[in-house]
Amino acid sequence: MTETTSMQLVPTLSEEELRLIDAEIAHVPYRSAVAIDALKIVQQHRGWVSDESIKAIASYLDMSADELDGIATFYNLIFRRPVGDKVILLCNSISCWIKGCDGLQQKITEQLGVQFGETTSDNRYTLLPVTCLGACDKAPVMMVGEELHEDVAESSIVRILGGSTEP
Amino acid sequence: MPTIRIDGVEYEVQAGKNLLESCLSLGLDLPYFCWHPAMGSIGACRQCAVVQYQSEEDEQAGRGRIVMGCMTPVSDGAIFSLDGDRAREFREAIVESLMLNHPHDCPVCAEGGECHLQDMTVMVGHRDRHYRGRKNTHRNQYLGPLLNHEMNRCIACYRCTRYYRDYAGGTDLAAMAAHDHVYFGRHEEGILESEFAGNLVEVCPTGVFTDKTLVHDYTRKWDLQSAPSVCVGCGVGCNTLPGERYGRLKRIHNRFNVEVNGYFLCDRGRFGGGFVNNQQRLDYPGLRGDDGRYNAVDHHQALQHMAEACRNARVAAIGSPRTSIEANFLLRQLVGTDNFCPGFTELEQTLVNLALELQQQSSAVIADIRSVESADAVLILGEDLTNTAPRLALAVRQSVRNKAYEMAAGLGLETWQDAAIRNLAQDRRSPLFIAASGDTRLDDVAEQHLSLAPQDVARLGFEVAAAIRGGGGVGNSDTAAGRIAAALMEAKRPLVISGTSSGSPQALQAAAAVAEALAGAGHRPMLNFTVPEANSLGQAMLTGSAAPSLEAIAERCDRGEIDTLLVLENDLYHRTPAALADRLLHSDSAIIAVDGLDNRTTSAARLVLPAANFAETEGTLVSLEGRAQRHYPVFLPQGERRPSWVWLLACMKELGHPTATDLHQFDDITRACAATVPALAGITGAAPDHHFLNVGVKIPRQPHRYSGRTAMRADISVHEPKQPEDEESPLAFSMEGLNRWQPGALLPFVWAPGWNSNQSLHRFQSEVGGPLRGGTAGMRLLGAGTTGPTAAIDPPPSFTPVEGRWQLVARHRIFGSEELSALSPGICELVEPGFVEMRGADAHGLGLTEGDGVELDAGLATLAVKINDSIPPGCLGYAVGHAGTANLAAGASVSLAKATNWQRPPQVISTDRSGGGHV
Repeated sequence: MTETTSMQLVPTLSEEELRLIDAEIAHVPYRSAVAIDALKIVQQHRGWVSDESIKAIASYLDMSADELDGIATFYNLIFRRPVGDKVILLCNSISCWIKGCDGLQQKITEQLGVQFGETTSDNRYTLLPVTCLGACDKAPVMMVGEELHEDVAESSIVRILGGSTEP
Repeated sequence: MPTIRIDGVEYEVQAGKNLLESCLSLGLDLPYFCWHPAMGSIGACRQCAVVQYQSEEDEQAGRGRIVMGCMTPVSDGAIFSLDGDRAREFREAIVESLMLNHPHDCPVCAEGGECHLQDMTVMVGHRDRHYRGRKNTHRNQYLGPLLNHEMNRCIACYRCTRYYRDYAGGTDLAAMAAHDHVYFGRHEEGILESEFAGNLVEVCPTGVFTDKTLVHDYTRKWDLQSAPSVCVGCGVGCNTLPGERYGRLKRIHNRFNVEVNGYFLCDRGRFGGGFVNNQQRLDYPGLRGDDGRYNAVDHHQALQHMAEACRNARVAAIGSPRTSIEANFLLRQLVGTDNFCPGFTELEQTLVNLALELQQQSSAVIADIRSVESADAVLILGEDLTNTAPRLALAVRQSVRNKAYEMAAGLGLETWQDAAIRNLAQDRRSPLFIAASGDTRLDDVAEQHLSLAPQDVARLGFEVAAAIRGGGGVGNSDTAAGRIAAALMEAKRPLVISGTSSGSPQALQAAAAVAEALAGAGHRPMLNFTVPEANSLGQAMLTGSAAPSLEAIAERCDRGEIDTLLVLENDLYHRTPAALADRLLHSDSAIIAVDGLDNRTTSAARLVLPAANFAETEGTLVSLEGRAQRHYPVFLPQGERRPSWVWLLACMKELGHPTATDLHQFDDITRACAATVPALAGITGAAPDHHFLNVGVKIPRQPHRYSGRTAMRADISVHEPKQPEDEESPLAFSMEGLNRWQPGALLPFVWAPGWNSNQSLHRFQSEVGGPLRGGTAGMRLLGAGTTGPTAAIDPPPSFTPVEGRWQLVARHRIFGSEELSALSPGICELVEPGFVEMRGADAHGLGLTEGDGVELDAGLATLAVKINDSIPPGCLGYAVGHAGTANLAAGASVSLAKATNWQRPPQVISTDRSGGGHV
């Protein structure tokens, strides 16, 4: 079946996003080869990747939305749902688990009132588990936004997330 | 041949295979999920684990290592263990882990009873679950009217996406997410776009993708009565296995034929048989009274009337290219050769006969599907194969992978190393060139697609032929013809495909000329022509090019030279413009129509006889490659319906017709036809006659677990009637008998002990993926010719657009262009209203946008507009066979004007078209 070309709202990418994606395309033999980079670029600008963004990126890279969505949903750091202003990535893999990440999670939940996968009602934080942050020698670790926190103690949670109004 | 040792026993196996397929070919049970004979190995599911030993000492010491059967090449002296404890425990653990999230819903699952997962679970002996946690659940998607989606049943073998994307070229099904959240579906809900999506029903090893039309009207495999059949959806002649229960056709599965359709069908074939249950089916003979209304008459009275109308009268008949040779042959004998029209229009007759003659003369090989898949350069002239001969398109899609196989061979990779070869080749493909009037569904894998008017498509073909013959133009990269010629000359197995669908005889001649030029240059080219219908070629073989066309019969009707006109299974209003059909059906002649479904032609008849269709009668059809194939009744026609050949034979006997004296049974007709028509002499070889017994008994149509026979009719009567006897075929309406070792043409279902799903097929094959043990079904009637085309043909003049006029070009659709499948549940929801396709600039010039109405030639037709910039300039595409397009003919020139008072066609309620079936 050919696609219907009836009136549709065509989702678009911003000029800045397109410029950055084009720069990536210049390095590779196929447009679709920059799929991951394009997803990261859009996420950087919008915080997350919506269904509309998926369609827009896919169409720009000459691939199907289905194929791109397969890539987007494969990676846990491509967010297919809206997230808060900052994402808390709490490592719960083996080293951090030995060093007590469960306690940290409890502390965060007490302070912010969110479980894994949830966003605070003031939209400041989203709490997500992560498998490794590459700093096992400093376990337990967590990332808040762009910032890595090492050797995190339960007592330092309030300081790190200080100023939050929750619960 | 290498010798390998498995559990202490030595076997000779074929070199170049993997251990899994070797084991299956040897009849050993080794479970698997992700491997598929048509798709090779990726080693994803880990189910076919075996122990491999380095040496005999290694084996004696009980060391060895676990390897995956599907990823392990067989090599001389290799030592394996299937039965060893470690291998068995490993395989059981794999099934257990695959079952973690699998629901216990077998009793309500459409796959139950023919589920590969069930079979494999039993095979590995997994019985007790250790997992006590919660199971994952998923949201299912609406994937259209043909397929049901139940993701919870998924075991993540990845066969669906490998088939859908890698094999069939679909883009709208993907694997989403990761680890135990993996989800196979679309980006968002919607109709699956691939015309071959239905094969997911058979590819999925469990019940994720099931046949939605079956789910709505369900019967388990073991309760289905089935028989070998042939698809009547197009000219390819795919082998099918329709299944019946309670007098209703329930579903159609693939019937393996290594030379025709392999493991796969198209969706028109798989879902297009539902018209058998349509409520427009005729139940009784009807005789029109003076008040114009039909009165039911019994079958004896009907014959009396029919014989009366034929006695001492000038009788002519119109046959049908969509029904059997036997029915057409009888009709021709009844009325005489000069009075028998094969049911073609003049153009169709020219085209089909030309296709036949060119193939008879050509020294090229007429390619079967395996040969098509092996082609390493393909030129298609004027065909959108996916919409005109879909299964052939799927084969062409495989042919472009030969580049990848060639690269793999250079590295010593076997062809079953699927993932490795795809990684190696990326998007490198063997050359495929398509010249057609508008885009086609194979363009995504074509090296070049040229959108040209039909005349220019033919001219291009002649230019390619000239370039090959002259040698000079070959490789001239400035011209398309030069590039194509070079690619074909470079290839080892070049293939040229054309066909009748564009309505251009020159395209056929051009294709034959290219093939001949290649042969002249020392190549052994292949050639294929598509034809419109299931028995078009057989009809041409029966009648030849001198038979009267519909136009010729109409002239005789006009002159009042025909008293009685018999019309066999042919809706003339679907085939020809209304004006021509009116001349045929509304003259002074009395019309007698034999057909299955009520249509405008039967409505014009004085006497209507209800005919059985492909699922209710035997018949021989000749496919586009000239293969005579027999289909058998899956069940007997209900009520007063009779096979057309039965009606016609009875009428001839009533008349005391000399031909009929010696004809008593179906086989007699086949034999008489073979004896009378030289071109059809081979049709008796299509399948064994009714005397054939398999180990002393007929072959059962019912599996041995067929249940509830005593209860099926209990709502009508508690007395169970005797099973009907089949005196016409080697098959029985019974579960007694043996479904093994018989000729390939007589395989009514696939089942083997421990293998309830269609994966049991390998037990019927000489080797995995190879021909059936009983031989390949069908008889080729076309050998390679020697002479080549007799006359040199001048290319047609090139097309010059005329301001204000548009040349009509035929645009086919898999759903909608074929008459009967469009009446089947599911497919009828996918049929679009009639439309024309035009370039955006043309539309703009006429003040039209997508969806507006456009009037052709002041009243010829008014249709919805689709914008399609791939249509060649000066041309206008029209949807063949769709509502409102019967008056249009390819090649005609029309004027266009924006339609006033245009209303977009209303959304059709599917049950209106499928006759209130079950949806």
